Order: sequence, then C-alpha cells, then structure tokens
Amino acid sequence: MSETQITPSTDNSILKEAQSQSLGNYVSGYLKRLRSGDLGSLPIIFGLLVITIIFQSLNENFLTPRNFVNLIVQMAGITVIAIGVVFVLLLGEIDLSIGYVSAVAAVMVALLLRGPTGISGVGRLMERMGFEEPWSWWAAMAMALLLVALIGMVQGLIITRFQLPSFVVTLAGLLVWNGVVLILIGAGGTVIIQDQIIVNIANYFLPRELAIFGATLPVNVGWLVGAVIVIIFAAGRISRWLSRRNRGVSSTPVVIIVLQIALVTLVTGAIIYVCNLDRGVPLVGVVMLILLTFFSFLASRTRFGRYVYAIGGNMEAARRAGINVTRIRITVFMLSSVMAGMGGIVLASRLRSVDTAAGGGDLLLISIAAPVIGGTSLFGGHGRVLSALLGALVIAGVNNGMGLLGLSAGVKFVVTGLVLLSAVLVDAISRRGRTQSGIA
Amino acid sequence: MTDNGVPILQLKGVSKSFGAVQALTKVDFETREGEIMALVGDNGAGKSTLIKGISGIYKFDEGEIHFDGKPVHIHNPRDAADLGIEIVYQDLALADNLDVVANMFLGREVLQRPFRLDEASMEEAAIRTLDSLSVTTVRSVRQAVAELSGGQRQAIAVAKAVMWNSRLVILDEPTAALGVAQTRQVLDLVRRLADKGLAVVIISHNLHDIFEVADRITVLRLGQCVNVYHTSETTQQEVVHAITAGKLEHVPGMVPA
Repeated sequence: MSETQITPSTDNSILKEAQSQSLGNYVSGYLKRLRSGDLGSLPIIFGLLVITIIFQSLNENFLTPRNFVNLIVQMAGITVIAIGVVFVLLLGEIDLSIGYVSAVAAVMVALLLRGPTGISGVGRLMERMGFEEPWSWWAAMAMALLLVALIGMVQGLIITRFQLPSFVVTLAGLLVWNGVVLILIGAGGTVIIQDQIIVNIANYFLPRELAIFGATLPVNVGWLVGAVIVIIFAAGRISRWLSRRNRGVSSTPVVIIVLQIALVTLVTGAIIYVCNLDRGVPLVGVVMLILLTFFSFLASRTRFGRYVYAIGGNMEAARRAGINVTRIRITVFMLSSVMAGMGGIVLASRLRSVDTAAGGGDLLLISIAAPVIGGTSLFGGHGRVLSALLGALVIAGVNNGMGLLGLSAGVKFVVTGLVLLSAVLVDAISRRGRTQSGIA
Repeated sequence: MTDNGVPILQLKGVSKSFGAVQALTKVDFETREGEIMALVGDNGAGKSTLIKGISGIYKFDEGEIHFDGKPVHIHNPRDAADLGIEIVYQDLALADNLDVVANMFLGREVLQRPFRLDEASMEEAAIRTLDSLSVTTVRSVRQAVAELSGGQRQAIAVAKAVMWNSRLVILDEPTAALGVAQTRQVLDLVRRLADKGLAVVIISHNLHDIFEVADRITVLRLGQCVNVYHTSETTQQEVVHAITAGKLEHVPGMVPA
C-alpha cells in the first residue's frame, strides 16, 4: 500500500472505540444484529435440531452411529457439488449444467479406468491412440477434471463474451451434457468401477490402528485427524487474533475465541467418537472437510473471493475498481464445473459404477437447493461456503430419516420442497427486518 | 482562499466533439492545491465531458493538459490514477454487500502472504484515513455499506478516493441525493480535503452549496468557458446569469477555424 499523505490524528473516536471491544460490547453487538433480523446460521441449526427430534421420535434408528456414518457418506457428493454452486450464486448467476457435468466426469473416470476395450467410444479412442492398459486412477481423475474445467470455461466464455444469461447458457449445457453422458456410456448401460482407490473414496473408513514403517501402532487414525483439525482451527483463530491486536484494530474477545475453539474440539470429538462406534470416520468425510476449509479460505481471505463478492454486490463498482470482471466470472464457472466433477466422482465411487441415470434425477436441484437452504442468497453477494455443508446436511437428513420410515419418493420430494421453501421464507422475512432497521 | 495556490492541473484550449456535436470549444480550466473549484453549467454545458476528459475516459480533440506545470497525456483512467487524480462518481460505485474496509480497498487489496488478504492492516489504514478526515459518524468500519446513510456512503466514497496519494479529487454531484444534515457533513468533508492541500473539483447544480464551500467557480455554457469567478467577489445572481446567458466567444455549434 502506498503511504497516505494524511497525518493521523490520534484523539479521534473510531480507532479508540475499536481497540476497546470488550466481551460486553461483543455480546450486545451480536444481540443487536439478531434483533435487527441478521440471524446468521441460527435458523438452520434450529432446523437441524427439529429434524433430528422429529425423526428420532418416529424411528429410534435415526440417531444410531451406523446411520450417522451413512449420513456423512450420503451427503458428501452433494456437498462437494454445492461448494461450487455457492461461488456461482455469490456472483448472482446460476449453473444448471452441474448435474450432467458431474456425470461427464464420473463417466470419463470409469471409462478411462476400464481401458481400451472397444465397447465404448472412449475405449476405441484409447485403442486407436495406442494405449494398451487402462489408465491409472490419478491420470483418469486428472483427465476427467481437466475436461469438465474446459466445459466450465466454454460456458463462462459464452456467457461473458455474448452477455447472455447464465440460466440459458447452462440450460443448453444441461441438455448437451446429458446427451454426451448417454453417448459416452454407449450400449453397455452401466460401467463398473473396479479401481480400488476410486472405490475407496466413498467406501473407506479411517482405521483404528496406524500401520507405519512396518509396525502397527494402536493409534486410532480418526482421533489423529481430529487432533490435526482442532490444532489447525485453533492456530488460525489465534494467529488472526494476534495480528489484529498487534495492528490495534478491534479483535474478538479472548473468551469468545476460547469458547469457539472449545466448541470445535467438542463437536469434532463427538463426531469422531460416534463414527468410531460404527465403522470409523469415513474417508470421504475428511475429503469433504478439506475442500470446505480450502474454499472457505478462498472465499473469505483471498483477493479472488473478495472480487467474487464485489461482483455479486455491484458489478459496475467492481469494474470501476479495476477488477477484471470477465476473468473472475469465467473462473467461477470453471470452478463450478470442477467441483461438480469431483462430486460426480464421489457419487460414482459410492455406487462403484456409473450408469445412464448418472447426473439426472434430483441431483441438480438438490445441489442448488443446499446452499440456498444453508443461507446463501440467490441474488448474489451474500452467503458462505459453509452453507453448502449445512444445506446438504438438512437435505440428506430429511432423505435419510424418511428412508428409515419407509416413506415413498413422492413424500420425500414434497418434504424437501417444503424445507427449501421455509428456508427461503426465513431469509426473506429476516431481510425485511434488516431493511426496516436500516440494514438492507 | 487566494490565487496563491500552486496550479496542479491546467487545461489549455481543450475541445471535444462527438460527430457534429461540439461538446467543448477551446476551454481553459485550472485547479490549485488547497482550493475548491466549482464547475457549474446547465445540462449539456459540457461539465461531464470535461471531467471524463480529465479522467481519461475520453480523449480531447485538441488542447493541452498540464499537470504540475508539465504537459501530460491521459489516455485511460489508469493514467489519471497514476497522476493522483481520483473521481467520486455520482452513483458512488460502492458494493453494498461489502463492508467499509473492503470497499475502500476494492481492487487495491493489501496482501499478507502470497494469497492472503491483510485484513488487519487494511482496517487500520481505513480507520486512519477516516479519522484524518474527521469522519466519525460511521459506527464500525466492519459494517456493510448497505447499512450506512447516504451521507456516510458519500463520505466513504470520498475517503476511498483520498487514500491513494491523490492530489486532485473530482466530486460529481456529491450532495445530489442528500438531506440537509447529510449535505452539511459532506460539505464539511470537502472543505477538509482542501485544507489538507488537495485540489478539489466539485460539480453541482446547487448554487447554495457551491457558494458555501467553493473558492472559485468556473461557469460553462454550451461547451465554452464563460467566466471564472471568485466566490467572495460575486453573487448567485451573477453566476445564474452567466450560466443561462453568459457571453460566448465562439458561435455555438460551429467548429472554430
């Protein structure tokens, strides 16, 4: 930053006020935000509690360790896809192609792993290009993700270059990629995935013993991962607090930080404990957490994230500030496609196969509904990456619970729809509260 | 304020036409350090064209631009910013959903490590700038701009402009949508900018505001500079007359030979 030529006056108020943020100030500030209608994550946490109580009282299997582990595995694919959707929604755009883009990635991985067999077009192409072996898991995955990144880039280029609504362009994408999936799978109908590592993504559980250097230590890997999570979280909070205090700008009271770290420790510990009562911590849960952390950082702590929010809030202001709006928008559509691809691979891993129905059904709608239920605005500029997880948890919870009750798919759709509607209603009503109190 | 200030920006005989329309004809214009220059004129007088020429959005057809006494060429907004020319637009150009700090640093964020935003030092610098301008009505620099009143938003937009070593700040209708008390705040802020030694150009239709805050007044009419008045030596009637019926050197609409 260039130095300002303005000499700071020390006797002025904002700086002083900022430095002296006490616990009382913090709490009263929070309560004030609540009263003015800025509810944050409270409605969804309340919603999750209600869902848990209802389903547990109707079926005692809902809150069992076995079902909890199932729930994590069930929600993982949607969560990963929904992370990409968050960024698209933050821009105030939509991406309707993600369902079938996820299937394109899954089919590509499956076909590349099956190798040059001649049953499918991809197999014949591999033959003609001189491959004699199936691709390794990482090469197949890299190729598939590269391909969907390209899809996102093309869609983003069309949207920005011709100034078309993303709704229409990605709607066309939905049809095109649906067709491509059918063409790729070809006559076989189903492609089985036999590669152990790809299958493990959604079917592996962290072991209770640590095999290292030929020795087997009685260390539960789940607890080890949990410890790492808590340490990273605590280090992040503390370093941020220190840097803010050193700069003399308002920092969160120490008590609150201690409470936050304690809460994260408690929740992490509880989750790992419950998982260990069953098969252990699912690997896919850890993958999901790593992706969530990375993309939360990207959204809230980097220039890229800041520009995404700015474009969603006021595209003209962003442009005048010298931000390359076109490049950011194209990047977000690529990101959305890549996350869809990753989610598609997770879903395929869980089923150990890909068939012609991949990417269809309610996948697209659920992936967009999840961040919205989690509190991300459809109109751009407002929302968090975490909303992908919270919304996916609600949707998967409702689905799982009704599955246990043996309810039909029809009832599931009706209830999921009502949950989405109530989430949007809560958001609209709280926003009206904010407008009335001058916090639009 | 007197004529003692050092001229920062001088335009000499600039003209601009759009096809057959002569928007500016041989206009002279200057701004000085520590001085508030008002730019007035009826709709279509050429105020916006003049400003857009200075900010690099348009290129003048003829005439010279001098900055700090040296001839310069301003081809794009980047050039203007490099010289220290900042413009506060009428529609503010703030992102409502971002907080005050994020808006003030938008497009020029400070990084801590290769990727990470240095929020603490940006917040500190924002607070220092606001403090130095005596903008004390903003409760917290971490509240979203959407929560602020019109006057506060204008203050943030101005503070954003002065944070970057700016020498000349151009304000386009800064009080247009504001109430009485908020207009007062913004005019005080404009005065403080000049007191800090910046050159300020204020465009306004409100002569009352201009007589309250400006040192000199440049009147444009039909793309020509009618006169430059010292606020202390003229009256609103005289300025109104200049705006509506001031004497023109060139025949309007004719490209001078």
